[in-house]
Amino acid sequence: MDDQFNIPGTPIFDGTQARKGYALNKMCYSFNDELNRKTFLADEEAYMRTYGLSEPQKEAIRHRNVLELIAAGGNIYYLAKFAGIFGLGVQDVGAQQTGMSLEAFKEMLTAHGH
Amino acid sequence: MARIIGAIATSHVPSIGGAIAKGLQKDPYWKPFFDAFDPVHDWLARNKPDVAVVIYNDHGLNFFLDQMPTFAVGAAESYTNADEGWGLPVRPPYAGDSELSWQIIDKVMAQDFDLVTCQEMQVDHAFVVPMQLLWPDGGAKAIPAVPVTINSIQHPLPRAERCFRFGQAIGRAIESFPRDCKVVLLATGGLSHQLDGTRAGFINKEFDLWCMDKIVNDPQALASLTTKEIIEKAGSQGVELMCWIAMRGAMQGHVSAAFSKYHIPVSNTGGAVMVFDHEPVVHRLAAE
Repeated sequence: MDDQFNIPGTPIFDGTQARKGYALNKMCYSFNDELNRKTFLADEEAYMRTYGLSEPQKEAIRHRNVLELIAAGGNIYYLAKFAGIFGLGVQDVGAQQTGMSLEAFKEMLTAHGH
Repeated sequence: MARIIGAIATSHVPSIGGAIAKGLQKDPYWKPFFDAFDPVHDWLARNKPDVAVVIYNDHGLNFFLDQMPTFAVGAAESYTNADEGWGLPVRPPYAGDSELSWQIIDKVMAQDFDLVTCQEMQVDHAFVVPMQLLWPDGGAKAIPAVPVTINSIQHPLPRAERCFRFGQAIGRAIESFPRDCKVVLLATGGLSHQLDGTRAGFINKEFDLWCMDKIVNDPQALASLTTKEIIEKAGSQGVELMCWIAMRGAMQGHVSAAFSKYHIPVSNTGGAVMVFDHEPVVHRLAAE
């Protein structure tokens, strides 16, 4: 990740990402509204067109892939609303990004306490 | 005159709201966290604050990237909660205190912090979850509150030192408020957590405990941290520590920890609850 802080495994949502990800984040922000969540599910492609997503952003949405979504400019707080459509929480999202099973991810979190 | 009687700092993880909604307070996973609030409730019952100033960060409910304020202050008579996309039950509105809001706006601006003012403002889980934890009987039982937000989404973020001074400005504004009232500060967020990237799940117990120590007697140690240092040590969402730093800046008299509890993990987060007693300088001088 090429950003000012350069901390391994740690995306920084700066001006570069904010510009790149604006359409994607705006779509995800719209998912605060239940009607919008339903409209998206009814026709994902049409909904993505309405918000003007780039092709990599569309691909990342189709793949439900959080790391791809971040690479396409997504911010985790808005992406969490996208994950919420599928009933997925931050632990599911963490497990996917780290390539761990949900159980293993939760165990890792608990282990931090010891 | 208004007096800052103390402060409460707590994590604001959304799943705490979920656990409350499902009545899981006695569930083995959640019980240690919720039990930590018994002494906090006792403190509130003993000290009876009249109004709260809540310093937190919005996560994409009231603010989007179209207009992203670094520091914003609510100036409404009431604050509504709304759907954030995850099916958490929407809470009834919380009462505001627009007189105190404008006191803060006027006096903080006079100290060169150029605020965004919000006469309408939706409050997200970072405001609502702590209010639920402190006043579990609901919005009507909670004391009126003034929401203050610090941008923690889009870099550049305000530096820790700046947040500390912002808090100092808020403290002076509150303590020059002519109404006789007892003010409690709330800081929400943190401590260490990271939701994004391949380092997701990062928690740093050692650093969190260091923060909980320094915030009482050596807040300058926290204010001196760079944003990069905070992210390295507390994770990318650990920057919510800024809210704690601003809260601490607002207390410029004698501060002591009345209660402190750390519990890992609360969801993906190093869960922390602290209560601070504050003896304002003027009152201490008067007593001597």
